[in-house]
Amino acid sequence: MRLGDWYDRNAFWIFPSASVVFIMGLMIFPLGYTIYNSFTDWSLTHGDQVNFVGLKNYIDIFLNDDRFWGAVGRTIYFTGLAMAVEVTLGVLIAVLFDARDFRGKRVARSIFLMAMMATPVAVAMVWMLIFEPTAGVLNYLVKASGLEAILREHAGIAKLLWITDSASVIPSLVLVDIWEWTPLISLIVIAGLATLSREPYESAMVDGATPFQIFFRITLPMIAPTIGVAALLRLVDCLKTFDIIYVMTMGGPGYSSETLNIYTYQMSFQYFNFGYASALLVVFFVFVLGVSLLVAHFRRGLEL
Amino acid sequence: MSADGYCEPKSTEISRFWRRLITNILYFGTIVVCVFFFLLPLLWMFLNALKTPLQIVELPPRIFNFTPTMENFENVFNSQNFLQYIYNSLIIAGGSSLLGLILGLPAAFSIAQYRQKKLAVFILISRMVPGITFLLPLFIMFRFFRMVDTYTSLILSHLLVGLPFIVWVMVPFFESIPKDLIDAARVDGCNIFSTFIRIILPISMPGVVTGGILSFIFSWNNFMFSIVLASNRTKTVPVAIFNFIAYAQIDWGGLMAAAVTITLPVLVITILTQKYVIRGLTAGAVKG
Repeated sequence: MRLGDWYDRNAFWIFPSASVVFIMGLMIFPLGYTIYNSFTDWSLTHGDQVNFVGLKNYIDIFLNDDRFWGAVGRTIYFTGLAMAVEVTLGVLIAVLFDARDFRGKRVARSIFLMAMMATPVAVAMVWMLIFEPTAGVLNYLVKASGLEAILREHAGIAKLLWITDSASVIPSLVLVDIWEWTPLISLIVIAGLATLSREPYESAMVDGATPFQIFFRITLPMIAPTIGVAALLRLVDCLKTFDIIYVMTMGGPGYSSETLNIYTYQMSFQYFNFGYASALLVVFFVFVLGVSLLVAHFRRGLEL
Repeated sequence: MSADGYCEPKSTEISRFWRRLITNILYFGTIVVCVFFFLLPLLWMFLNALKTPLQIVELPPRIFNFTPTMENFENVFNSQNFLQYIYNSLIIAGGSSLLGLILGLPAAFSIAQYRQKKLAVFILISRMVPGITFLLPLFIMFRFFRMVDTYTSLILSHLLVGLPFIVWVMVPFFESIPKDLIDAARVDGCNIFSTFIRIILPISMPGVVTGGILSFIFSWNNFMFSIVLASNRTKTVPVAIFNFIAYAQIDWGGLMAAAVTITLPVLVITILTQKYVIRGLTAGAVKG
């Protein structure tokens, strides 16, 4: 038997073997270990004594932990608000971009791309400077443009303190997320629009359809699956937003911007409450996975 | 021969001219507003990095009417061990994307070639799962093996982001390679390994570049894994900048200079390789 033949027949496991070993060692095993830890009361602050406590951590999370439920609510609030704006704005920008050719299109696209590739920590820094209540450029613009009176009427941003006020911290963080991630939706939809066939448009033009009719009756239905995938990709990342929130507020003021990801992080690396944090991780893991699978399932249903 | 015959089309032509002008203004006005919304924060970062601390907090804000100074950059590079952090970031981002390619390319090829759906799902699920799920057990494990604050632990943890991404980009890429090409090479006596290395990889270079660049940038930008696993010896730039806020009385000029230092390389790479970056980011989302 030639060595080459042996290679050919065994390539199907040799090729991926290194990846599989890596995934086993650094993903599957840690996951199993986390599930195991979630049944214990392991905490670094309580010394080395580790007891098996069964489902106690999970019961505590669901029944006795107000901070957890607050974090769930804020995660949904943050994600819902961000997704609604990002998808709408992203699709609008994409359609606008696709409608005509103009000089500088490449430059404009580069700018969209820069917003999303820029280092999140750096992005968080510059937005902190922009939001700064006394010296920040946002409050300067708000005051100079006469928007102040209107904004003050809305209780949520009455004080114009942005990320330092518990009422306005989440919308402010969402603004940063919108800035950072709307371009992703736009780019995916632009790529999708480029693959559409021109025929339906031509016949619609002949029939004298208005631009609005063309958008809602032709473009939107044809592009819907692409928007679905873009939204799903974004949703999965949005639920676990960490960098900008942690850098800008660390979940504060108080707990008012503490999402599930931030809360689990604090429980793990602030309090070193490994047992309880592991249970939280399992819940968070199931939550994100569940949402993604659910959305993926519905999307498939819509497409068929 | 009445004049009306000429006049009427002329007046509709004029109204058409106005209508077109208004649509143009609306259209390009919207585009300009969008572009400026996405441009201004970055521009603001660059401008403030070049201002003195006093100019930064001055109202009304100075936009271009100031003399640029490199003082902030000098302070950042002198007062902090900044070059060391940049070196750390380079080693970790380079190491993890190189390792990601070495592990990911054969795996992606195998998934595409042998239709290993289950393996694909396994690898791709890790793209969806919150990174923090792995971070705590990894931290415990690395602590046990005394590997916290080593390049190895950071490279391995960043690989959790890079490897699934590379597979995600490469599987559709390898699937699009015509089967005839592989078969032809096999007929010529190449075994599957030499086919992969001599035929498949060279024609897949655009995909390899895409996966490599993006996993480098993701690792370079990574904050959560680094802040937990890196300490004095292996601190990366994002972590260093974050500590900068925590310890120093907020020095906006220094912060902006540091922010520019870490973001500029990413932006330059992004612009230079725009085509690949867009392809990578939209991979898997657009069919066709």
